[in-house]
Amino acid sequence: MAAVTGLRLGRSKGSSVVPGIRKDPLWIKVLIISLVMVFFSFLILLPLALVFTEALRKGWEVYTTALVENAAFEAIKLTLFTTLVVVPLNALFGLFAAWAIAKFSFKGKTLLTSLIDLPFSVSPVIAGLIFILLLGARTPLGSWFRDFGLQIVFAPPGIILATLFVTFPFVARELIPLMQSLGKEEEEAALTLGATPWQMFFRVTLPNIKWGLIYGLILCNARAMGEFGAVSVVSGHIRGQTNTIPLHVEILYNEYSFAASFAVASLLVFMALITILVKNWVEHQYGKEI
Amino acid sequence: MKKKNVLPGFGLSMGYTIFYLSLVVLLPLSTLLFSPWEKGWDHFFASAFSPQVMAAYGLSFRTALFAALVNVVFGFLTAWALVRYRFWGRKIVDSLVDLPFALPTAVAGISLATLFSPAGWLGQYFHAWGIPVINTSTGIMIALVFIGFPFLVRTVQPVLEELEPEIEEAALSLGASRWQVFHKVILPNVAPALLTGFTLSFARALGEYGSVIFIAGNLPFKTEIAPLLIMAKLDQFDYSGASSIALTLLGLSFLSLVMLNFIQSRLTRRLGRG
Repeated sequence: MAAVTGLRLGRSKGSSVVPGIRKDPLWIKVLIISLVMVFFSFLILLPLALVFTEALRKGWEVYTTALVENAAFEAIKLTLFTTLVVVPLNALFGLFAAWAIAKFSFKGKTLLTSLIDLPFSVSPVIAGLIFILLLGARTPLGSWFRDFGLQIVFAPPGIILATLFVTFPFVARELIPLMQSLGKEEEEAALTLGATPWQMFFRVTLPNIKWGLIYGLILCNARAMGEFGAVSVVSGHIRGQTNTIPLHVEILYNEYSFAASFAVASLLVFMALITILVKNWVEHQYGKEI
Repeated sequence: MKKKNVLPGFGLSMGYTIFYLSLVVLLPLSTLLFSPWEKGWDHFFASAFSPQVMAAYGLSFRTALFAALVNVVFGFLTAWALVRYRFWGRKIVDSLVDLPFALPTAVAGISLATLFSPAGWLGQYFHAWGIPVINTSTGIMIALVFIGFPFLVRTVQPVLEELEPEIEEAALSLGASRWQVFHKVILPNVAPALLTGFTLSFARALGEYGSVIFIAGNLPFKTEIAPLLIMAKLDQFDYSGASSIALTLLGLSFLSLVMLNFIQSRLTRRLGRG
């Protein structure tokens, strides 16, 4: 399946021989643009505007209180901690996997690539469930860890594992097609000229793939911070201990503290908007380089 | 002649890839192959195929299918407008198409549920027209359309960008009508991308949880999606029941993915580009 989120690897701009002949009649153009704008406003803009309106419905004070109260603070801390663990681990994996798959030929490459994509086609709830089945208190592995005083499921380690699973493919699937398209001549040249493998990696490979890597990192980061279903299954839903930001949003909403819930949700909206901004910036930079 | 690969690090990178993949993905997923049978076959069938669960699979498939079809139409129109026209707000639309990718599903869920609630900005009109959205499958579809929308736009957009103008121009100057150009030249070229987008949107919708549960109301037999039933079994500590539903849902979605990929390969071959 195509990587829809991917950085586009160059575009051909066909040349027009008969300028203007392809132009749609004005009424078609107006009709399509109006349809798109109405659909887009209802589906994307209104939900976005609604988050901020609801968050500020009871004034700034309620808004800021919702963000600084203890449970919110602990949720933010846990989300940041989870993201800080998950994103580097999956990025490291993405680099290794892309290196192996893009630069070498071996049997079973197609299988390996589709196995890496597998977490994308697993429901988030199932992603959480499998960690309970593997590491729950009644399983052999779970009780083994418990003997060491380590609780995994319904505790932060479980949240980290479930997040690792759902964000697993992001960096790898950005880097694999990019590295494949770059070939291996530049690395071979560096080695022939006497570079050590590390010099080759840091001076040739990394600069070549940096935009793809940043692209994968921000998508991985957005999903890691916002994951709900998988984390909801493995979290103990204990306030101030095993709540991430999205889970805190849910709890407040179900308690009918709508203003507070949307206030905390607005943090995640900011995160999403920053993600989109960085994504556009990366696309722009990448477009300039090729 | 086979050339020896001089690049270093195959052993290390391959070893680490396999190790990490097994640890994070394959080992946890393998539990789904064992856990459903722990309490015997009868328990598996009773959990995975009870009338309530069957209703949930049906609901998930129907709503996912419908949402993906809506997205095919509006995703194509949006991609078309973004590629072919210059209009006020185009840049904003082009950037914010990705919002459903970046926005956490729980936020989308509470926002859509409030928007379409009987007193909400849009819900009040729907309510006045006698179309309830909250606690109905219509609400589920709206959430799934939201989630799947970027998949369609982002698969179709690059294909439209790369469409050679010469072919269309030739057809038009040889006297073809606009409609003929659309369904004889443009549509066949875009069809594989539309199907890919459809597949991605559909697959994502089948397992979707966060954006749906707030708007769905979760009424048994009516608006209860399959992932929610897995949650319900877990709350009762019926782990093998939960994994029975999970395994079946996963099997059904892989089956539909295989079918859609088969159609895709037939389609590309017929177009002589496979």
